[in-house]
Amino acid sequence: MTQAAEIEARGIGKMFGNFAALSDVSFTIGRGEFLTLLGPSGSGKTTFLTLLAGFEAPTSGQLLLDGRDLTATPPETRGFGMVFQGYALFPHMTAEENIAFPLKVQRRSAADIRARVAAMIELMGLGGHGHKRPSGLSGGQQQRVALARALAYEPPVLLLDEPFSALDKNLRGQMQDEVRRLHRELGTTFVFVTHDQSEALALSSRVAIFEKGRLQQIAPPREVYDAPANRFVAEFLGDINILPVDLQAGRPQVEGRAVAIVTPGTGPLALRPEYMGLATSEPVTGNALPAHLDDLTYQGAETRLALTTRGGLSLILRLPTADVPQSLTPGSEVWATWDSARGFRL
Amino acid sequence: MTHASRHLLLLGPLMGLLTLAYLVPFLGVLRWSVTLPEPGLGQYGRALTDPLIRSILWRTFRICAIVTVISVTAAYVLALIWVRAAPGLRLLFELFILIPFWISVLTRAFGWLALLSTRGLINTWAQSLGILSEPLTMVRNEFGVIVGMVHFLVPFAVFPLATSMRNLDERVLMAARGMGASRTRIFWQIFLPMTRTGVLGAALLVFVFALGFFVTPAILGGGRSVMAAELIFLRIFQSPDWGLGAAISVIMMVTVGILMALLLRLTGGTRQ
Repeated sequence: MTQAAEIEARGIGKMFGNFAALSDVSFTIGRGEFLTLLGPSGSGKTTFLTLLAGFEAPTSGQLLLDGRDLTATPPETRGFGMVFQGYALFPHMTAEENIAFPLKVQRRSAADIRARVAAMIELMGLGGHGHKRPSGLSGGQQQRVALARALAYEPPVLLLDEPFSALDKNLRGQMQDEVRRLHRELGTTFVFVTHDQSEALALSSRVAIFEKGRLQQIAPPREVYDAPANRFVAEFLGDINILPVDLQAGRPQVEGRAVAIVTPGTGPLALRPEYMGLATSEPVTGNALPAHLDDLTYQGAETRLALTTRGGLSLILRLPTADVPQSLTPGSEVWATWDSARGFRL
Repeated sequence: MTHASRHLLLLGPLMGLLTLAYLVPFLGVLRWSVTLPEPGLGQYGRALTDPLIRSILWRTFRICAIVTVISVTAAYVLALIWVRAAPGLRLLFELFILIPFWISVLTRAFGWLALLSTRGLINTWAQSLGILSEPLTMVRNEFGVIVGMVHFLVPFAVFPLATSMRNLDERVLMAARGMGASRTRIFWQIFLPMTRTGVLGAALLVFVFALGFFVTPAILGGGRSVMAAELIFLRIFQSPDWGLGAAISVIMMVTVGILMALLLRLTGGTRQ
């Protein structure tokens, strides 16, 4: 197996006419890392992947592969593997011919090609489907062929552009497990683009979050979720409750009630819905805000509650259904609580 | 009323017109072919054994095959440039493709006559420049017929080809590039096979169209390269041999039908 590669981006910028798709993006993708590029559409994440693949050249900045300048290298000589959105399989070739194509391009011997194709069919669990054309395969199988084709020639880097966007939810989960397993087994550097936050958090060793062409934060999933660098990252990764904090004689207050906050910082306090609790009467100790229950959505294992505090703040709570009192109905007066160790300051 | 039957209702008037204008007359021709001058299949026997008719039918198929290959190849290049060129160039090619449509087939045939005849523009220029000592015979033979037919048919081939090229998923070509494939390899192994349906469609369109050509071969062939349509015309309007003319018509129709069926099988079998 080819050595996994390290990629460094130095001050990458990309202009399309007057529109800055990327500005001053710098970071390093480690050897064998599983990095996810996450962001809303138009954030520049796909543009960055296209630059990595070499289909577009950056307007400014430099790309380095293991220290060598890669910026001017065309895609055909980069030797990266790529899985496209919609798979981009060759429709007139069978699954096996699709997988063999890059090997034929490399002029490998017929015996070597046969062996590699057979190994990839085996690795991807495509046994019995090798002679089918893409039109005869299910979405998940086409996805596997696309992965096999991109990995057949043992590329040092595998680029994946929203590969699961066309799959239904169950198949998506299955393919995510599959990709994680491949990454573990092959040790190749994976760069994965998605706009799905939970997918990004579930798959990667680090997540790079893009917005308006700028890199907002790059960190392990737990860190971007629990300690986001800014409000955009905090809000993009899921529901968040933001409580403005006032200082009264040096002691923090929320809506006029004294609260205990141990997390450092001075900005508003941000709390994920699952880190807040509910009480039906004023708790004796701990942080609490009186609120009105607007809505309650049963979601199986969890129940999602929408609250408005007396001061007019909207809060979202996500509680294990087992912890929600049966008597609770919209219109009830409740208390929203949280542990002083939870949350972060924006 | 079901969805399908409502669609049929909408198509009704057109179907009626087609039946009236094509099917009824064709059945009449079919009847002539087995009744004139006497009932039986005698005219078919004649059409398929008479050496003169056979040679004309053979020439028709040969010329049409040559015209099809040249037209589709030329149209492929045109369509490729049209679809993939920069906007300015694209507009220029669009004009090249569309302008011939606005000029009558008769005008174009005479235009080629003026250009290609023994005392035409090409021969007189080439002779005055000393490139040729004797004029080249470029009309009143198969060469002239082929030139005229190709010129007429190329635009018709461009459209199905351009459509299949436009429908092609760009990412498939990017994927091939990313795997290190050269432009030549991508063209022959990916692009061309993926536009195969368009090539077959264009070829059939051109071939079937060419089989029925009358004006161009009559003018540029000058009575020496007679093709099937002209032969049918002569049988029906000049020598009152309606039965034979009708039999040849039916043979041409059946050939076209078989070709259409073959194409449907070929493209249907590889539908993506």
